[in-house]
Amino acid sequence: MPLPPDRLLRAYRQMKTIREFEERLHVEIQTGEIPGFTHLYSGQEAVAVGVCEHLGDADWIASTHRGHGHCIAKGCDVTGMMLEIYGRRDGLCKGKGGSMHIADMSKGMLGANAIVGGGPPIAVGAAIACKARRDGKVAVAFGGDGSCNQGTVFEAMNLAVVLKAPAIFVFEDNGYSEHTGADYAVGSRDIAGRARGFGMPAETCDGSDFFAVHAAMARALELARNGGGPSTIEAKTTRFFGHFEGDPMLYRAKDEVARHRETMDCLRIFRARVTTEGLLDDAALDAVDAEVMGLIDRSVAAARSAAPPTAADLLTDVYVSY
Amino acid sequence: MTAMSMVQALNSAMEVMLARDPRVVILGEDVGYFGGVFRATEGLQSRYGAHRVIDTPIAEGGIVGAAIGMAANGLRPVAEIQFADYIYPAYDQIVSELARMRYRSAAAFTAPVTIRTPCGGGIRGGQTHSQSPEGVFAHVSGLKVVMPSNPYDAKGMLIAAIEDDDPVIFFEPKRVYNGPFDGDPQKPAESWAGHPMGEVPEGHYTVPIGKAAVVRAGNAVTVVTYGTMVHVCLAAVADLGLDAEVVDVRSMVPLDIDTLAASVAKTGRCLIAHEATRFGGYGAELSASLQERCFWHLQAPIQRVAGWDTPYPHAFEWEYFPGRLRVRRALEALMQVSA
Repeated sequence: MPLPPDRLLRAYRQMKTIREFEERLHVEIQTGEIPGFTHLYSGQEAVAVGVCEHLGDADWIASTHRGHGHCIAKGCDVTGMMLEIYGRRDGLCKGKGGSMHIADMSKGMLGANAIVGGGPPIAVGAAIACKARRDGKVAVAFGGDGSCNQGTVFEAMNLAVVLKAPAIFVFEDNGYSEHTGADYAVGSRDIAGRARGFGMPAETCDGSDFFAVHAAMARALELARNGGGPSTIEAKTTRFFGHFEGDPMLYRAKDEVARHRETMDCLRIFRARVTTEGLLDDAALDAVDAEVMGLIDRSVAAARSAAPPTAADLLTDVYVSY
Repeated sequence: MTAMSMVQALNSAMEVMLARDPRVVILGEDVGYFGGVFRATEGLQSRYGAHRVIDTPIAEGGIVGAAIGMAANGLRPVAEIQFADYIYPAYDQIVSELARMRYRSAAAFTAPVTIRTPCGGGIRGGQTHSQSPEGVFAHVSGLKVVMPSNPYDAKGMLIAAIEDDDPVIFFEPKRVYNGPFDGDPQKPAESWAGHPMGEVPEGHYTVPIGKAAVVRAGNAVTVVTYGTMVHVCLAAVADLGLDAEVVDVRSMVPLDIDTLAASVAKTGRCLIAHEATRFGGYGAELSASLQERCFWHLQAPIQRVAGWDTPYPHAFEWEYFPGRLRVRRALEALMQVSA
């Protein structure tokens, strides 16, 4: 069933917001004002949005170190995120988490997670809780091609099958486990095949195509919400920046990113399709672009002028003090 | 002698051992083709081959487990865990297998495995790129645990670790990889060039595991520390103009308690400083061991400066990091106590 125009426009807005958030961070990081390590999601937007457009605040996701896209797609406040990344007191986690650890329980966002393979077992646990409560909700475990080699992920996948948990594993194969090629590090390079080995349905889709991801997620959700247990989506995608900001990317061909920006840009692909099919027009999409640019401008301005935490905040949110 | 950063010294140690001993292999995430995220293994795969400098998938439990098997079957693996914060999936293999190989086989097998891993804060890495978990390894019988604080020691101790027949957890304080750090983040970064401990022999030498180093002699108080905090404590002592003796522990296990106790017995006062969280930290062991040996010499209770008992926060790097000010205050308080 085709999505109505308002839903299409919302999906585009989400993808565009992620893109501009990341492209802007790439610039702002060079000012030295942003502490810590940052891993940008540009290029992979169709995966986060294709999946999360199906979810509500009461569904759960567990994210990765490359988590900004998942946060935005799940509805986290963009300015709150920017403040968090800048280490401000009014950030989503009071500045205690930072880019790699943004979490927002009110949005069902269990957390970005800088431990590769850290998230999937937690997502399975959240899914088991959904099943126990019979609330009809699901949990999604996002991971990269790197995470599909971690033992924790295998344990989570088997547990989900054994307990028929309403969990959906989304592996974003962007070609690189940090700085090492997935063609080297992922034996067989067939993540969906591995998932089937655990006894769950799995499919591979074009992660640059919002519609392909969205359709795959619809099938996974149908299964999870009707007692069919877990399934896996393997989305083939790319990242437009390095593993982390500052990565010289010596392991990629010099023109690879430029080529992928030409051929694998999910925003371009989306726009081409919806305008060709007459679902949306350029004017509406351009208006979203302008709106998003304004939002990102305002969030950066807010973050730059926001107050840092005080030293007293350091020892709050602990449950044992000596 | 050549001027080397700590990263270059570590690279040199591995190169020396790859060249000398065909049993030595290196494995870890991004260590081969890419050369390591901190460049510690740069150039080694191209010179020694992908069969000796092995890129692995992201799978710490597998990396360490495979290293144990390699060691049991005659190799001398040097496993890199990219950040100490990533080591916990391997903790089971380290505690349940690696540490027990010699004892449970009545010495039929040993496990000559070196696990190198960057640790510590001061680089704004937040909760998963800043931790100092030496204490949770020092607590495990059957492991050697070390942390050099400068390039000379780093190279000599890494060679000693690789040549050791037993497992060594080799912590590398990443804040001082490229230069000493006195705790002041506002100052321009220093390099190791010109620092006496940045002069490193190009060939083979060892710095024995299990020996502390008195890095500054004094009589009024003993500062027991290691890693990045060696440099912070030296700066704090200089700020105060104190006649302090500063001891770099270097080796948590085995601990050179004789050197430490001799100093504390001489000065009668002791401050222990480390980045790791305070409660149940390695400083607690130092304090207990020193008071057992030195109780009747002490002029004041042994004090600790440490990380706060929280996860390492993103936004409070210099409130969390036990910097010069906290060391100075602790020293001032310690000097005011009279028995």
